[in-house]
Amino acid sequence: MVSIRPAQAFDLPAISALDRRLTGSDKPQYWQDMLGPDRHFLVAETDKGALAGFIAGEIRAWEFGQPAAGWVFAIQIDPRLRLHGVGTQLFEALVERFKAKGVTRVRTLVDRKDHLILSFFRAQGMVAGPSLQLDKDLS
Amino acid sequence: MKLQTGTRLGLYAVLELARDPERTLSAADLAERFGVSSHHLAKVLRTLATAGLVRGGRGATGGYRFTGNRRRTTLMDIVALFEPAPGQRAKEPGEDTDIGSALQRVLMEIDEIAEATLRSISLETMLKSKRSLATLGMTL
Repeated sequence: MVSIRPAQAFDLPAISALDRRLTGSDKPQYWQDMLGPDRHFLVAETDKGALAGFIAGEIRAWEFGQPAAGWVFAIQIDPRLRLHGVGTQLFEALVERFKAKGVTRVRTLVDRKDHLILSFFRAQGMVAGPSLQLDKDLS
Repeated sequence: MKLQTGTRLGLYAVLELARDPERTLSAADLAERFGVSSHHLAKVLRTLATAGLVRGGRGATGGYRFTGNRRRTTLMDIVALFEPAPGQRAKEPGEDTDIGSALQRVLMEIDEIAEATLRSISLETMLKSKRSLATLGMTL
């Protein structure tokens, strides 16, 4: 059982450590910026006060010509606590915040080879959106 | 995207049986439900049984039931049983030319997106979205 609450500055070391462990990249400044006033940054906390996971997002209007939508930038769950609905609770809490701000769509970008996270968002009812992401190697 | 008939029948059969793992349905029951050949469906069910997704089917009227894991099995797992893997298909004439290889890169891009989509949808997710459609009074 976890509780969901807004992330605070004192959560950042645990958030950075969990993300570093799962992605292999260290980006404390990125997580610091997620505490900004326009961001929605939530943590899931166990009943013993440990970090179970986090989700970060923001409402953005007219990005890529699209009307306002809630964007999910990141979600990570402690692997030991997966398959217990923690990710779903975080996602639903973020969606409620987006809805309270009046947006009616939620979006994200996912690596198409990351089947785990793709399956998670599919299980939340997300489907392919109206945009195609394009990319070019500049090296 | 065009799927071979066997692939489509495999998806129909697995999804129908996975709706209720306690229920058994014969090849004839399933064929009638989807308006397809029971002979073709029986062959498809044998492939699904070899893969451990269904069990049963002794005799012409023997029933099959779902024995896989709804949360772990994706649409791609079923498709891969019936469709050739992208790297294993026969080379088409002209593929070695510059135009042929440029076209091949575009087709591979489409295949990769299709595969990512099929791999991201579990039977559980598929059946859940089907239930939500049913509550809206719609049919798939």
